Amino acid sequence: MTKISALCVPAMIFLIVVYALYKKVNVYEAFIEGAMDGVKTVFSIFAPILAILVAINMFKKSGAMDMLTALITPFARLISFPTEMVPFALLRPISGSGSLALATDIFKTYGTDSFVGRAVSTLMGSTETTFYTLSVYFGAVKIHNMRHSVKCALIADIVGIFVSVAVCRLVFKC
Amino acid sequence: MINYIWAFLVAVSVITGILTGNIDSVTSAAFEGANSAVTTVLSFAGAVVMWCGMLKIAEKSGLTRAFTAVIRPITGILFPKLDKNSPAISAISMNMIANILGLANAATPLGLKAMTELEKLNSKKGTASDEMCMFVVLNTASIQIIPSTLIAIRASLGSQNPAEIIVPVWITSIITAFCACAVTRLYSCSDGRRL
Repeated sequence: MTKISALCVPAMIFLIVVYALYKKVNVYEAFIEGAMDGVKTVFSIFAPILAILVAINMFKKSGAMDMLTALITPFARLISFPTEMVPFALLRPISGSGSLALATDIFKTYGTDSFVGRAVSTLMGSTETTFYTLSVYFGAVKIHNMRHSVKCALIADIVGIFVSVAVCRLVFKC
Repeated sequence: MINYIWAFLVAVSVITGILTGNIDSVTSAAFEGANSAVTTVLSFAGAVVMWCGMLKIAEKSGLTRAFTAVIRPITGILFPKLDKNSPAISAISMNMIANILGLANAATPLGLKAMTELEKLNSKKGTASDEMCMFVVLNTASIQIIPSTLIAIRASLGSQNPAEIIVPVWITSIITAFCACAVTRLYSCSDGRRL
């Protein structure tokens, strides 16, 4: 399986270049033209990424994140949502590297094949780092008014949190 | 909304830092965050530039049209107002295919390209169009056939069956993505009215 994914990218590059040659496109010139646009994009996403990473990092290190977790945990217990998963569910939409570290920690503590391990895996595989994606995508085109997209993305994240637990209960029968 | 969320994160962090006597680590956290932005951007800057170059070649040869046609049934429903021959729809299609195949380092550059194309069609500069909202929300809900990174991590930490989560991931992804699209469409249609 991993071998197939490893071949995907080089195969795609090969296909793009060789097909273009066959169609008599000036491949090198086209590549440079597109790459120049890419350089502009990179410049425009830098500031939004910095803004989001600064705020998230402050929030985590100040202890505010832990307080929020402590506040939510009793409610999670009330609806028999696995409490060990609360910090991960909160961190998942805001920090990619942070949630990855937390997932690794959960796998080590409870085991990858425990219920929490499976639920965390499912949530991780089926959601993205929402805030990062929003700031990068909109930042690239200098959009400041994101309208309803923030709300909709967060609603999807909340749905994902509950659905991942429910699906794991059904599939793994526990 | 991101305006308030951002301000909330910063303000609450500083207040919590002061109340818990943790303010020094909040200060250093701010600069750590800023530095990690530099490393993050540098880490994928090359990939963005490279894929933008590749996409330009694929556009000129007509290859993107073939890819676009493959997932036209889905993009047609999600982006009914976009012309099926527009460069925006071809970049969106390429991004979706890269996402489904789990090619994260290709999906983001292609997605940014799609945003640039959507911005060209946007009549209100600085404000997201309906298509942009739909496209970005779709990208915040990850859809992939094989979550390879996740499986690799599970395997390295001693899972008996690292790939057993594939089906739950599919089910969850589909439900979440469906909700994401439905909610986004609802908001787009009820624009101006309160929901």
